[in-house]
Amino acid sequence: MTTKTQSMSAAGATRAANGPRFGALSSRRLWLTVLGWTVAGVIFFPIFWMVLTGFKTEAEAIADPSLIFSPTLDSYAEVQSRADYLHFALNSVVVSFGSTLLALVIAIPSAYAMAFLPTKRTKGTLLWMLSTKMLPPVGVLVPIYLLFRDFGLLDTRTGLVIVYTLMNLPIVVWMLYTFFKDLPRDILEAGRMDGAGTLQEVWYLLLPLTLPGIASTGLLAVILSWNEAFWSLNLTSSQAAPLTAYIASFSSPEGLFWAKLSAASTMAIAPILVFGWLTQKQMVRGLTFGAVK
Amino acid sequence: MSTLQLKQITKSFGETDVIKGVDLEVNDREFVVFVGPSGCGKSTLMRMIAGLENATSGDIVIDGQRVNEVGPADRGLAMVFQSYALYPHMTVEDNMGFSLRLAGVPKAERRQKVLEAARILQLEPLLDRKPKALSGGQRQRVAIGRAIVRNPSIFLFDEPLSNLDAALRVQMRIELARLHEELDATMIYVTHDQIEAMTMADKIVVLQGGVVEQVGSPMELYHHPRNRFVAGFIGSPKMNFLPVEATEAGAEGVSVRLPGGDVARVPVAGEGVSPGTALELGIRPEHLVLDDQGPLRGEIQVLERLGGQTSLYVAMGEQTVTIMADGDVAHRVRDEVRFGFEPGRAHLFAADGLALPSLEAHPLAGLKRQDNRLASDAGSE
Amino acid sequence: MNKTRASGRTVGGLRTLLLQAPAVSLLFLWMIVPLAMTVWFSLQRYNLLMPGMTGFAGLENYEYLFTDPALWSAIGTTLLLVGWVLAITVVGGTLLAVLFQQEFLGRGIARVLAISPFFVMPTVSALIWKNMMMHPANGVLAWLAESLGLPAVDWFSSLPLTSIVIIVGWQWLPFALLILLTAMQSLDDDQVEAARMDGAGPIAIFFFITLPHLKRAISVVIMIEMIFLLTIFAEIFVTTSGGPGLATTNLAYLIYIRALLDFDVGMASAGGVVAIVLANIVAVFLVRMVARNLDN
Repeated sequence: MTTKTQSMSAAGATRAANGPRFGALSSRRLWLTVLGWTVAGVIFFPIFWMVLTGFKTEAEAIADPSLIFSPTLDSYAEVQSRADYLHFALNSVVVSFGSTLLALVIAIPSAYAMAFLPTKRTKGTLLWMLSTKMLPPVGVLVPIYLLFRDFGLLDTRTGLVIVYTLMNLPIVVWMLYTFFKDLPRDILEAGRMDGAGTLQEVWYLLLPLTLPGIASTGLLAVILSWNEAFWSLNLTSSQAAPLTAYIASFSSPEGLFWAKLSAASTMAIAPILVFGWLTQKQMVRGLTFGAVK
Repeated sequence: MSTLQLKQITKSFGETDVIKGVDLEVNDREFVVFVGPSGCGKSTLMRMIAGLENATSGDIVIDGQRVNEVGPADRGLAMVFQSYALYPHMTVEDNMGFSLRLAGVPKAERRQKVLEAARILQLEPLLDRKPKALSGGQRQRVAIGRAIVRNPSIFLFDEPLSNLDAALRVQMRIELARLHEELDATMIYVTHDQIEAMTMADKIVVLQGGVVEQVGSPMELYHHPRNRFVAGFIGSPKMNFLPVEATEAGAEGVSVRLPGGDVARVPVAGEGVSPGTALELGIRPEHLVLDDQGPLRGEIQVLERLGGQTSLYVAMGEQTVTIMADGDVAHRVRDEVRFGFEPGRAHLFAADGLALPSLEAHPLAGLKRQDNRLASDAGSE
Repeated sequence: MNKTRASGRTVGGLRTLLLQAPAVSLLFLWMIVPLAMTVWFSLQRYNLLMPGMTGFAGLENYEYLFTDPALWSAIGTTLLLVGWVLAITVVGGTLLAVLFQQEFLGRGIARVLAISPFFVMPTVSALIWKNMMMHPANGVLAWLAESLGLPAVDWFSSLPLTSIVIIVGWQWLPFALLILLTAMQSLDDDQVEAARMDGAGPIAIFFFITLPHLKRAISVVIMIEMIFLLTIFAEIFVTTSGGPGLATTNLAYLIYIRALLDFDVGMASAGGVVAIVLANIVAVFLVRMVARNLDN
């Protein structure tokens, strides 16, 4: 992927340098820069505004929009000092990382088999996995809710971990499958000639060589679990509620403290935003099931 | 001792038969080259020997043991891959020592064996580098070194030179031949390049469509191709083929009427050939000679002057023949030229593509590869 | 010729089966158990508030459901929501992808900013918009309107569905941008240059080269968004709670109301079956397209 971008920008650079309208190009570039940044700025504005509001006092937050104010960390301090914020944040961390680890553990053998020991049924299995993603959660809300009630899983982290693991499993298998497929087969065969058994092959060759792919798959799963709001709103109330549910509680009229809401939201999205920036390219594969590369 | 026998090997992928019953004998310390156009099954055959692919039926026998059910690492083989397949996250030393590490060889011994192989390949200064930091030729050496470290009974090479540039390829050819003598091992080598086959092999196996077309020494294949395919495949530029008609078949050979009307007698066995039979005359471009009295004639379409040699593409009616002539040929395009050949160097092919057997073996047909180079001090015979 | 390689392993399918077993069996359970239960409940008289009244109901729930104006309103809302968001994100995403494909100063950072909303959790983005952007008194949009001398809009009461469309569109526009930008990068530079040699201007290049190249990526975007958009929930839950009236109640929200507010399991399940059928109409096409892609 990196080489691709490099070669693309290299091609772009040569074109810019050798272009027939050299003078025109540089003013065009200026114009594009202004346009590009304006558009990006408009799209990003709500997030920017939220971050900014988190540094205001409650009074400033509801006053007329203004960029001039004396920034304060009061809201952050207050949100953090509340025990419940940390409780929800911890739930989010445990649930999203727990479900991601579990999904990886289950998916790696499966993706390995599909990529390196394909049978006639492999393609069908992959497509079937994709089709389970098509089952709308709302269609199975009732039975899952009742099952969770009967098994005592309502409002437990375990329950959410189970749901998120299964929810992300198809995407994780697909993404790992596409990364594993990219590994030259010769390398694993060379390992086999050198006497590596399946476990050694996985440990010494496959895992070290596909670590970046596995990491971005894991990050995507973390992002999806962290931001999931359907199951978390419906299956948890207080004990196991993650940040999505906590933030939603601010929607009630008595929760209208904008500065604190902003501070809490900023903390809730900041790590995921960074993960997202890091994995944006690889995410495309996972989200489109390899149909767009 | 390391020998290999293939007995009636077949391989099918689903409905497609890729290998259709191959028998082969590889002797100890022999350098055997599998050659053929892409898709002929040569790589599949090698992968079956390596154990990376199952044979659908037939026996693979190494040193007298049937190894069909033995895993790739336990067959005592080492393979050099076309892509080199170096482990990108390991240093050269770790790459070469990986098999020993898996086998639980102590570190000191491992290092000593790796150093030994590195010495043979002049890789010592590169041992701490990662494959990324190596040139193509160096990677190639590491891949070979990795094979040497395992001390295998048979080396397998899968088109190892195809990723190198032309100059390096020539150098590696010579080096591989030197290694063969120094290591005194049996080697099997897959390539689509007939020059590699001709220069390195003790024995060439020509494959096409999953079938062995011919097995023999390079000179045997060149001078006595068994059929039209082998005749066309071995030798460059390709052999010319002209349709002819038999006029007489006798003990001295078969006489044929050439395009243009002249009759030539080719010294081949003529059993089953009667006057009037349609045959094909095969003559290599280097065996056609420009001759103002020659029986064949045509108009020059293209001249390729290489300096030392000139290739002439000459139209004879519908057909074009290639002539390798001297570099100083003064002809120009559109010139009408006459040319001929020595009947003993021509071949005749029946309608089924099989060559009519020569009456006399070529004196060099039995030549061994070792006869072509100075014996190295190590493993000469 | 290596393309025709088969398994490449000396041991056959058993190992493959064992390695895949955990993932496949778990997913199978995850799919089949709730699905069967949903279908089963949808045929039952089952209300958690009325424990005595249980039993087989046949198609009664469906009869109620299909005669309930709320269902049709919810389906209509669902389709409107999906349609508008798709239109905005696909058209906008394509234009943005073209823009962010151009060389300009700080392009990398601008791209990152533009795709950021996709990573914001739905409850947060709904609340940002509800409180800080669209608030009728203190929102940025109200302030903007005032500074331009226009009356402030009370977004969620006067334009409820539009507001939801804006929020959801803002979240999914970056997704379309991300996918289409990636697809655009795989466009062969030589092709564009050949077109330029043939005398094509930027607009002709867009319509004759870029757009056809993006065709498949666009259809993937449409289908994947559809799957998620058909069941939009958190944004409605946080902002309008389906109101005013039923104005922003989509199918997902209706099922939620029936199941967890009215506790009518039978009715909610019947709604769930309808949602599954709707989603599967889309799914068939998506799966087919991905399958075709697997072959190459």
